[in-house]
Amino acid sequence: MSTASLTLPASQTNSLRRIVRIFLREARYEFLRLVRTRSFALSVIGFPVVFYIFFALVMNRGQHIGNVSVAKYMLAGYAVFGMVGASLFGIGVGLCSEIAAGWLDLKRASPMPPAAYLLAKCCSAMVFGVIIVSLLTGLGIAFGGVSLTGIEFSRMIGITIVGVIPFACMGMALAMLVPFNSAPGIANMIYLPMSFCGGLWIPIMMLPHILQKFALLLPTYHLAQLVLSAFGYASAGSTSSHWLGLLGFTLVVLGIASIAYRRLEQNS
Amino acid sequence: MNAVLEQTEQVPAPARFQFPETVASLNSITKRYRNGVVALDRLSLTLRRGEVVALLGPNGAGKSTAVKLLMGLSSPTAGSVRIFGGDPRDSRSRLRTGVMLQVGRAPEMLRVREHVELFRGYYPNPKPYTEIVRAAGLEGIESSMFGQLSGGQKQRVLFALALAGDPDLVFLDEPTVGLDIKSRRGMWMEIRSLADRGKTVLLTTHYLEEADALANRIVVIDKGRVVCEGTPAEVKSLGSATPNSAPSRSLKIIRCTTSLPTATLQAIAGVTAVEHAGSVTTITSTRPEATLRELLALDQALHGLEVQSPALEDAFLALTADRV
Repeated sequence: MSTASLTLPASQTNSLRRIVRIFLREARYEFLRLVRTRSFALSVIGFPVVFYIFFALVMNRGQHIGNVSVAKYMLAGYAVFGMVGASLFGIGVGLCSEIAAGWLDLKRASPMPPAAYLLAKCCSAMVFGVIIVSLLTGLGIAFGGVSLTGIEFSRMIGITIVGVIPFACMGMALAMLVPFNSAPGIANMIYLPMSFCGGLWIPIMMLPHILQKFALLLPTYHLAQLVLSAFGYASAGSTSSHWLGLLGFTLVVLGIASIAYRRLEQNS
Repeated sequence: MNAVLEQTEQVPAPARFQFPETVASLNSITKRYRNGVVALDRLSLTLRRGEVVALLGPNGAGKSTAVKLLMGLSSPTAGSVRIFGGDPRDSRSRLRTGVMLQVGRAPEMLRVREHVELFRGYYPNPKPYTEIVRAAGLEGIESSMFGQLSGGQKQRVLFALALAGDPDLVFLDEPTVGLDIKSRRGMWMEIRSLADRGKTVLLTTHYLEEADALANRIVVIDKGRVVCEGTPAEVKSLGSATPNSAPSRSLKIIRCTTSLPTATLQAIAGVTAVEHAGSVTTITSTRPEATLRELLALDQALHGLEVQSPALEDAFLALTADRV
């Protein structure tokens, strides 16, 4: 009995390299799977792009808020709208369906490192976020007269990559709390109001005063302000306060996710 | 409760299955869910190297819970689980274990080849890809998306994933559900060859024929407890010695076409049950010779006579019936 467990090769370095390889393959297939799932890829990329075309490029063509062009201001809002959608639906709904189907059980029973699985999902959401933000920027430059320096663009991409994390954690918490049938509905119920109240569709200073106060609780607000500050347009609060706001939100949803996970595990 | 425990202990461990190594064990496991349901009640189960063990039981008996505990997906309320002498959650245990679960939906937009490669990647020394494809019978569907496969094909892919790491211990939860006869035979051959190579297999199944054909040892569980345990032959003989058939072990199933009414048949000596299916009447008797003599005398036109020993299925039903 005791001899049976000692016959394992794989030195430490070997296993670290193996873990990285598992993660890379997991991430590649997760992304491939999402791209092949047309209904997901089209809606997650399509919604922010179509909204941006309508509300920034068609309706408010050539308009300015103060000295800021609407097309560039709204680029920040719809970029955030896009990355939140990618994480909430890619991770939230995706994970929820894998829990419901028992697929997660099979993965957990395998020697796959759990971190590789979650990181793979998170990275896929990041890639989708980058694709959406790049598409919106391209459209803005081509049709909205948006001018963007290389530094502004790379800052925006950097914020996209980091900004996906809080929403990925939120997606995880959601996946463990709600039953699969209602997951897409509930995700939308959170996604759309949070986008509106966070000032992603209408600039935050144009919202009623009480909503502006409420927005301080919303990660969408903080993330949008961070992108805007990358453009030099932030309306309120310091950059660090927005990062802190995102961090606080992330810790709260991670706490919820870990409690939900423990509950799920006890019931399995 | 005590009676059940005694009954469990009475079943002698068959001498010819003295496998050298204990590979996995559930030791006096109690599993109580949060809603108060007790899924397993002081259940013990030992898997030894190179044996195929079938876990049988009606729905809700606790089979899946037992498998989940062995895989470390769930933790016991009391008792301990050991896999290769360690904790089932230990990644070293998991590297030597392969699992086939009843999965509702696997990611549908991945190809069969991609699923297999992904799982092979989890193990440092996986089984060669071509061998997995051959063993699970995936030739010709390797490039199909999982979502496009038929139920039986999906089942074979899940079997392939269980084999991917060339594991020493394989859990198969209802492995042949939805398979046609040819694929089922193919999977049986693979399961046998696993045991021949010293691997240990635990399978749960509703097909009693499958347990009979594959298992060295059958463990019948019901209401979270082991009802009986032994070779297929032993389980069958235990089943025929149920309380209502007295100590007699001569339980037989008589099938025939007869015009006699049920009431008359039930009055014949030794008859314990009468069933009609179409023109065929099935009679269960504990004294088959006496029953037949009387039966043939009563109905001169009786024809299509068949006499059988009870199959494992009947034994199984007899064993669990009084508890349901």
